[in-house]
Amino acid sequence: MKKSDRKINKTSAEGSSGMKRRSFVKILGGGIFIFFQPWNALDLLALPAEQARSLTKDYNAFLQIAEDGTVSCFTGKIEMGQGVITSLAQMMADELDVPLEKVKMIMGDTDLCPYDMGTWGSLSTRSFGPNMRAAAAEARAVLTEMASARLGVPVAQLEVKEGVVTDTKNPQNSVTYAQLAKGKRLEKYMEVKPPVKDFTKFTYVGKPLKHSDAYDKVTGKAKYAGDLKLPGMLFARILRPPSHGGKLVSADVSGAEKIEGVRVVRDGDFIAVVSENHDLADLAIVQINADYSFDEMKVSDKTLFDYINKGKYKTNVSRTAGDIEAGRAQCERVFEHEYHDPYLAHTPIETHTALARFEGDKLTVWASTQSPFGLQDAITRDLGIPRENVRVITPFVGGGFGGKGAYLQGIEAAKLARMTGKPVMVTWTRDEEFFFDMFHSAAVVKVNSGTDKNGMITLWDYHVYLAGTRGADVIYDVPNTKVTSYSEDKSVYPVHPFGTGPWRAPNNNTNTFARETQIDIMASSAGIDPLEFRLRNLKDEKMIACLKSAAEKFGYVAGKTPSERGIGIACGSDAGTWVAEIVEVKVDRSTGKVSVIRVACSQDMGLCVNPQGALIQMEGCITMALGYTFSEELKFEGGNISDRNFSTYNIPRFSWVPKIDCVILDRKDQAPQGGGEPAIIAIGAAVGNAIFDATGARLFAVPFTPERVLAALTKT
Amino acid sequence: MEETIRFKLNNKETELVTDPNQILLWVLRNRFGLTGTKYGCGIGFCGACTVLIDNEAARSCMLPVSEVAGKSVVTIEGLAEDGKLHPVQQAFVDHDALQCGYCTPGMILTAVALLKKNNAPTRQEIIDGLEDNLCRCGAHTRIIDAVGDAARVMKGGK
Repeated sequence: MKKSDRKINKTSAEGSSGMKRRSFVKILGGGIFIFFQPWNALDLLALPAEQARSLTKDYNAFLQIAEDGTVSCFTGKIEMGQGVITSLAQMMADELDVPLEKVKMIMGDTDLCPYDMGTWGSLSTRSFGPNMRAAAAEARAVLTEMASARLGVPVAQLEVKEGVVTDTKNPQNSVTYAQLAKGKRLEKYMEVKPPVKDFTKFTYVGKPLKHSDAYDKVTGKAKYAGDLKLPGMLFARILRPPSHGGKLVSADVSGAEKIEGVRVVRDGDFIAVVSENHDLADLAIVQINADYSFDEMKVSDKTLFDYINKGKYKTNVSRTAGDIEAGRAQCERVFEHEYHDPYLAHTPIETHTALARFEGDKLTVWASTQSPFGLQDAITRDLGIPRENVRVITPFVGGGFGGKGAYLQGIEAAKLARMTGKPVMVTWTRDEEFFFDMFHSAAVVKVNSGTDKNGMITLWDYHVYLAGTRGADVIYDVPNTKVTSYSEDKSVYPVHPFGTGPWRAPNNNTNTFARETQIDIMASSAGIDPLEFRLRNLKDEKMIACLKSAAEKFGYVAGKTPSERGIGIACGSDAGTWVAEIVEVKVDRSTGKVSVIRVACSQDMGLCVNPQGALIQMEGCITMALGYTFSEELKFEGGNISDRNFSTYNIPRFSWVPKIDCVILDRKDQAPQGGGEPAIIAIGAAVGNAIFDATGARLFAVPFTPERVLAALTKT
Repeated sequence: MEETIRFKLNNKETELVTDPNQILLWVLRNRFGLTGTKYGCGIGFCGACTVLIDNEAARSCMLPVSEVAGKSVVTIEGLAEDGKLHPVQQAFVDHDALQCGYCTPGMILTAVALLKKNNAPTRQEIIDGLEDNLCRCGAHTRIIDAVGDAARVMKGGK
């Protein structure tokens, strides 16, 4: 890495995009303030033991029953469009036996809600859900015991329905939850914790219900962090480095200070302008002249995969079975391929936003984050404010997709509120949103596999670089298997010039793309229909059921590939859920442009709490997947992010969206699993396989841009 | 350098003393508290900041407020009449045509403007009309269906 200095000139423009390297330096101004905050569970585990937290067992933390019968349901989870505001309420209503309309969700408030690590991993239903249900079951049992004492009849003689406990022998003799609880904390606990209900007793769970927040969202009433306003509130813009890895040498803030109504604040390298007027802060930030130096990593989107392939990594063998060499000996055909996956941005339409206010020693931060408790801990750590004096409240979040597990903007707002003594609103520009994104990691996967003369897979030697192990398991029944994962060892060979983190179904998109493409290659080579090839090599009943169901929904007709029909299949498992997808594409051979005509998707997610919400998540996953499949690929040069707005970073649009048919294989007797991510994982491979089926051209790198498709076509 | 700007805002005559170069998006949000109009990209690319100006969909994130002098501006808050949702809003609810909801006001107002120009759009015309509004959650198919339904309801005079 070569050390270089760069001079930043005075600027006058702000907020443009699609800029080349030099012009974006102008737009941002100079400066340096970079640190990467924790975004995942592992980082939280690094907290000192006395600070580590876990979900409480006290059922009172999950619910409270008011005198009017309203049940407040408390959860540290947040609502970002995934619909848990509806599905968690369904579970609470059923388990407690109250009308659904009486359940009011209180979400993501660190003062009111039980501790939660963060809203990610499709964990709200499958992990928080059981704890919440257990709490509701205990509350119900306690309330029934209280009713028993009050009504003078044994518990066994009581029946609970819609929040009313009734003596079955004398229906006049009844009492409501509201009368029993009176808005207070319940003091009794059950020595033997009661079991939760089984699915046959559910009234709401399993029913398709629409988003309960839709009315507020179509009228503009729904409040996101940036929609809040406090007396005396200041808008802030923060001086940013032009590139990750920069160090501030000097800054001249006199130009900004001259603007009436603007104040410049500074703490070391952290320089910001604040104003009661939003536009003045925007004007002032670009009046700062800053010089800085930085070590630039010599990697760009153009050299990325060579760079990754030259690296030295930490190695982890996550799975072995049989004997790889013996497996190789049994192969009639051997296949060795390398797959590439680039960095991706999250780009929620709402940028990271936070409002912070001090009242005496007490700090309150309203933040668009997937991790309110994580932000609370980070503020305690970084600003030295005791945790009990920090409250984080999460209003509606305008999309997260993993990217809002990070909460730097909340720390910035808190810092600025302390520096100015006023409430401060930090709304990242789209430019900042791109720059500070914790990108989906670029990755390389190398697969060496083989089949015997019967079309059975006998060898699977899988090497995944920088995409971890989520979704890396073979899923097929292969006797000789080895899965090796290689992760960055920063001190030996740093790879990422900027932050990386989870991006919807983190890394499973990468692994499923590689695995399912490799499977398709083997099927085609063996002259076996790709569905038949998968079924032949699978023992996993859930996967088989999903494939058969998707095939039925699609109206799949077997055929050897390439058949010129443009049909592709892929499947996988994520967040405890199984998914199979079949797509039909049209390829324009002259332009390389590919359109997806239709998608059939089948999913086994255990008990489906809200079939409507789950369906919408599947549609959302499939639509979002078109981005990584066709267009999304972060452009960068070292720590300099070239894509700074939607003008160059293309996300899916209306004209891209195919006809989507989804099936949920509802398994009412099984525990509910994740629904927010699984259906995104298999689209890339399914589309690539469909392109092969249409043209005989095989693609080994996403996204399938027209250039890549044309290049692959020339090889056929 | 401050001026008095007069315009109609959600059907009410409005007067504002301001630097005329102030950006309409932030004037609506910070001076009038109409926070349903969202910041998304700041360059008129994503459509989250869409409002109606004289019945046309317009992006407010780069527009000086002086541009709306003498004109009529409608934001998402001004769309429902007498507490009754506009048919496009109602169709978004009925079709569950949203997830995080952040792009929703801009989507709805773009669709309202589209239907004012073309009261019986084909599916393709709806797609073309909404093409430059971005949604990251992937509510697209439901939005298309919702707008189609709203058109039918409005044409039927319901």
